[in-house]
Amino acid sequence: MEKQQWPLWEIFIRSRQGLSHRHVGRLHAADAEMAIENARDVYTRRQEGVSIWAVPASEITASSPDEKDVMFDPADDKVYRHPTFYDLPDEVKNM
Amino acid sequence: MGATMNARFEYLLRLGDDALILGQMLGLWTGHGPVLEEDIALTNIGLDQIGQARAWLTLAGKAEDAGRDEDKLAFFRDQADFRNAQLCERPNGHFGDTIVRQFLFDAYAVPLHAALSSSSDPEIAAIARKSAKESAYHLRHSRAWMLRLGDGTEESHDKVQQSLNDLLPYAGDLFYADAVTAQATAEGWGADPTALRAPWTTELDSTLAAAGLERPPAVPEQTGGREGRHTEQLSFLLAEMQVLPRTYPDAQW
Repeated sequence: MEKQQWPLWEIFIRSRQGLSHRHVGRLHAADAEMAIENARDVYTRRQEGVSIWAVPASEITASSPDEKDVMFDPADDKVYRHPTFYDLPDEVKNM
Repeated sequence: MGATMNARFEYLLRLGDDALILGQMLGLWTGHGPVLEEDIALTNIGLDQIGQARAWLTLAGKAEDAGRDEDKLAFFRDQADFRNAQLCERPNGHFGDTIVRQFLFDAYAVPLHAALSSSSDPEIAAIARKSAKESAYHLRHSRAWMLRLGDGTEESHDKVQQSLNDLLPYAGDLFYADAVTAQATAEGWGADPTALRAPWTTELDSTLAAAGLERPPAVPEQTGGREGRHTEQLSFLLAEMQVLPRTYPDAQW
C-alpha cells in the first residue's frame, strides 16, 4: 500500500496582542483540529504565540513567479511611496 | 509502614513517580514518532510530565525531610521504592498502545489536578493548578487520537481496540485507596482516588462511544504499583534512566 501524506497546512502565529499573524511555516495534519494542535507543539513551545491560524495550503492562491516583472517592477522607481521621509518617534513600535 | 508512615511523602511520591515514569516512556518516542509533528507532540507531553515530576518529587523530598532532592529520588531509588501506577510503565508498543495508555492516564489526571487545586496545602494546590492546564491539553490530544484511530480504518480500529483491552486492567492503581490516601483525604491536602473514578469513567465511556470502540468486558484490575510491585518493564526503564547519575554521582553539565 502506498503511504499517503496528510494534507499540508500553512501556519500563522500572532506573537503578541496587537500584532498581526505572521507566517511561521508549514506542517502536515489530517484535519483542522490536528493542524492547530501540531502547530501549537511545533511552533509555540517556546512561548512564541498567543493565537494560531492554520490554513490548508491548497487554499492559498499565489502570484506566479513568471509575472514577477509585471507585478513588482513598476514599484521599483517610486521611492516616494516609502514613508522614509518622516522621522518616527522612538515611542512608535512595530512599524 | 504502620505508625511511622509518612503519608505526605508516600502520597507525593505517587504523584511524582506517575509523572516521572510516564514522561520517561514518552521520551523514548523521540525520533521514532509516526510523523514529525506527532514526534514533537509526544515529546512535548513527556516534557510536561517531567516538569510535573520535578515539582512533586521536590515537595516529596521536603516532606520526607531526609535531605533527598528530586534527583536523589528519581535516580537513586530502586524499583521496589517506586510508587507509580503500573499503567505508566506499560511499554510504548505501537502508536495506538501509547495513545491508549496516555488517554487512560489523562482522563484520570484532569479530575485529579482539579481536586488537588483546592488542596488545603498551598504548595500542592499551586503545582496542581499549573499541572491542570497541561493535563487538559494532554487529554485533548489523546482523546482526539482515540477518535481518529477508533473511527479511522478497520485496521486502526482493531489495533486500538486491542490496546484498550490490554491496558484497561492496569487502570486499577489509579484508584487504589489505602491508609495513605485515607489520611490525605481526611486531612484535606490530597484527593480521594475512589472519587476520581466517576469522572474518569464518564470520560472513558463518552470517548469510546464517539470513537466506535467497545468497553472491554470487566476483568480483575491489576494493582500493586502504589506498594512498589512493578512489572519487568520498569526495571529496563530504570536501568537506562539511572545508569549515568549512578556511574557519575553529582556530575555537572
